[in-house]
Amino acid sequence: MKKSLQQRLAILSDAAKYDASCASSGTVKRDSVASGGLGSTEGAGICHAYAPDGRCISLLKILLTNFCIFDCAYCINRSSSNVERARFTPEEVVWLTLEFYRRNYIEGLFLSSGIIRSPDHTMGEMVRVARELRTVHGFRGYIHLKSIPDAAPELIEEAGLYADRLSLNIELPTDAGIGRFAPEKRPDGIRRAMGDLRRKIEAADDPTLQTKRRKRFVPGGQSTQMIVGADGADDATILKTSARLYGSYGLKRVYYSAFSPIPDASRALPLIKPPLVREHRLYQADWLYRFYGFGVDEITSGTGGMLDLDMDPKLAWALANRDAFPMNVNRAERERLLRVPGLGTKTVDAILSSRRFRRLRLEDLARLGVSLRKVRAFIEAEGWTPRRLADRADLKTLFARKPEQLSLL
Amino acid sequence: MHTIPLVGRGDFSEWRDAARALAAAGISPREADWRICGVEHELFDAVAPPQLPKPDAAAPPLTVPPAFLPLAEAVVCHTEPGRFHMLYRLLWRLQSDRRLLELTADKDVAWARLLAKNVHRDSHKMTAFVRFKEIAGETAGRRRFFAWFEPSHFVVARTAPFFRRRFADMDWIIATPNGTASWDGETLIFDTRPGENPGHGDPTDELWRTYYASIFNPARLKLKAMQAEMPKKYWRNLPEADLIPEMIANAEANVRAMAERAASDPPLFHYRLQEAAQPLSQIVPAGAGTIEAVREEARHCTRCPLHCTATQTVFGEGPQDASVMMVGEQPGDQEDLAGRPFVGPAGKVFDAVLKEAGIPRPSLYLTNAVKHFKYEPRGKRRIHQKPDRGEIDHCRWWLAKEVELVKPRLIVAMGATALYALSGEQRPLNQVRGKPIAMQGDMVLYPTIHPSYLLRLPNEAERQRQHALFVEDMLMVGHLKETMG
Repeated sequence: MKKSLQQRLAILSDAAKYDASCASSGTVKRDSVASGGLGSTEGAGICHAYAPDGRCISLLKILLTNFCIFDCAYCINRSSSNVERARFTPEEVVWLTLEFYRRNYIEGLFLSSGIIRSPDHTMGEMVRVARELRTVHGFRGYIHLKSIPDAAPELIEEAGLYADRLSLNIELPTDAGIGRFAPEKRPDGIRRAMGDLRRKIEAADDPTLQTKRRKRFVPGGQSTQMIVGADGADDATILKTSARLYGSYGLKRVYYSAFSPIPDASRALPLIKPPLVREHRLYQADWLYRFYGFGVDEITSGTGGMLDLDMDPKLAWALANRDAFPMNVNRAERERLLRVPGLGTKTVDAILSSRRFRRLRLEDLARLGVSLRKVRAFIEAEGWTPRRLADRADLKTLFARKPEQLSLL
Repeated sequence: MHTIPLVGRGDFSEWRDAARALAAAGISPREADWRICGVEHELFDAVAPPQLPKPDAAAPPLTVPPAFLPLAEAVVCHTEPGRFHMLYRLLWRLQSDRRLLELTADKDVAWARLLAKNVHRDSHKMTAFVRFKEIAGETAGRRRFFAWFEPSHFVVARTAPFFRRRFADMDWIIATPNGTASWDGETLIFDTRPGENPGHGDPTDELWRTYYASIFNPARLKLKAMQAEMPKKYWRNLPEADLIPEMIANAEANVRAMAERAASDPPLFHYRLQEAAQPLSQIVPAGAGTIEAVREEARHCTRCPLHCTATQTVFGEGPQDASVMMVGEQPGDQEDLAGRPFVGPAGKVFDAVLKEAGIPRPSLYLTNAVKHFKYEPRGKRRIHQKPDRGEIDHCRWWLAKEVELVKPRLIVAMGATALYALSGEQRPLNQVRGKPIAMQGDMVLYPTIHPSYLLRLPNEAERQRQHALFVEDMLMVGHLKETMG
């Protein structure tokens, strides 16, 4: 018996939930005022709901189908799994997207798919959904499409005209890991596809001779995801791979997804609670790398390859480099202040702006929203000098969280 | 003391008009008593318009820094009773201290910013958590929707334009206790009076609830993270929210059930797929002994670890019967992405020099000593790193194949790496540059600089001198090409 739309929605969203990406931000601004149609994107993304797993729900994240010819051990949709299979027609996905959008449940669509028949066929079906949404229904909401490596360049090019973002998941940080757990995936193929996309994005961004207007092509850029904790790769390896991907392919984001048990799981993989704290630390380290001027080596050196689960990587770095502190909030330059645990980029900018008018005291910092408990040991302010850090053997205990061990399920 | 009664439901102009008048009359914040009377007074007109003092004609016109207006507009929408007084104090202080707003650590400024932040957040949450219900029956071909929402502050008027920009092709009404906004395709209407909740339903909510329950991963409960972003005060009007308690309660059992269910035998189609994939995985060897066959082989090279970090092998290109082979160091950022040698900035310099020397690029066989890009990621860029001897030695295997198959008469080594790869000797380039060296098999090796050297010279005069020398070298290469070829 054919499954109802509701049953298939349940199956194909369940199958999509292991993809962490949900961003709907960072694309061009557009709205429906002039067209009188439907949809807008305004720079900042909007999370329309949150599930009890703490993840935001911004997009209708579904698969076109969860049939797949690949057999990737970590994936719920691998060909050797006995999960229930289903598929949507492109028209059904278009209808769901529009009706959900009209009720303000979502910002747009994140469409992915199992590989069926061939990469071209799969990509072609996804492109069809995006094309109908944009050209037939004048939909101006957000569209994120998965790009399939080895799909024909024309298809990727067409996808880029309709989609705000394209993504291609590398899933595992090393080629050896991919070879072991995703035998049909080819890491060099993934890299080449990312490189091609970067070139296409850059080419579209170049004003042409005829017009100064830039072609709109994947304005939200490309992203990828790595699974954390499925293979044996340590944090240093994962972060090095991220740095490489950011530098090489201009990725907007690398998502980290703690490997979590899937129905009908492969015996090759550990059945543990998802390492959520580890995932969180990786995101923090990723931020330090991208916005705080830290090198991956700085973050991971002295950690034995794994970030400390008990404290954030910036604090860990500060404790390991005590001679760099205290930093004077009234004098230190921006790059130095960014290294103080407890000071974020916005706070540092507020400090720089405020200190032009007067010398800042601890109370001033508190008003900027700084947690004094966190920063006071690391900074000097007007009327405040901390005890010398190197003298304090107990410093670490001041910040340590209660230990919590990952347990077997 | 001057008493200023305001409706206080998010209308900026009522505060602005009063504040202007007070300031013009030179009334200090201490002499002004701001009162909030609520919407009833507006309805029944029970309160006379505020008795404002006559402006002091000699007073300078009231001006504020541009950042004050958006800040004040947001603060006025807050429900904090002291907001009008605080804003007036800020306005007063701004007259003598124009840069006050930049002092984010100031008490008044910090408070104003905090209130503004609350309002922005409430407005943002409104864009997120309004849920439209479809009302049966279209008007003039337009579908109709209704939403009931309960914001914490007076944000309906400032948030309504967002819904107009987004939902232009449908009629909608958003009713809240703090006012109602509606759109009919032509005008956006706002009413400050409290709206009513008629309790509409919508069958599509069922699909949305299915989606909400299915996208949730029970193995990763993070309730605090959820509630921080979706506070309970909003749950009442979210069709999906009443599922939450059950989802939480069943999460652990669901995960345990998943773990206990041992991996079952794969379905039949899995075996069929695996069988079908077999022949594909065997690489079909192309015609051996051609450059194409070697190129294909090199695509899968794993002789050194560089293949894991580079995008692809950048093999040589050019006619297999070329009389001149030019060897560089390694592909750079652009070459790595394009899969072709000499297409980046150094390649552009190289092309220009070739043109000056009158050598057509397509007549040359161009390649590199090392076929994979070696780099260090630094933020959004990749910093080129020199290949080490081990990497050059590994890759020499491919270079030797290229030399063997192309059989050039003349090989131009551009840079020290290429010279080492071709001759096995590490010598300072300036000692050997431009001096042809005889090689085995009647070939001549001609050492020169790498074109990227010209890009690295900071001194313009020196750069021009080196450029001219490089052109001379290429003229010599062109000459040798003619005489030998």
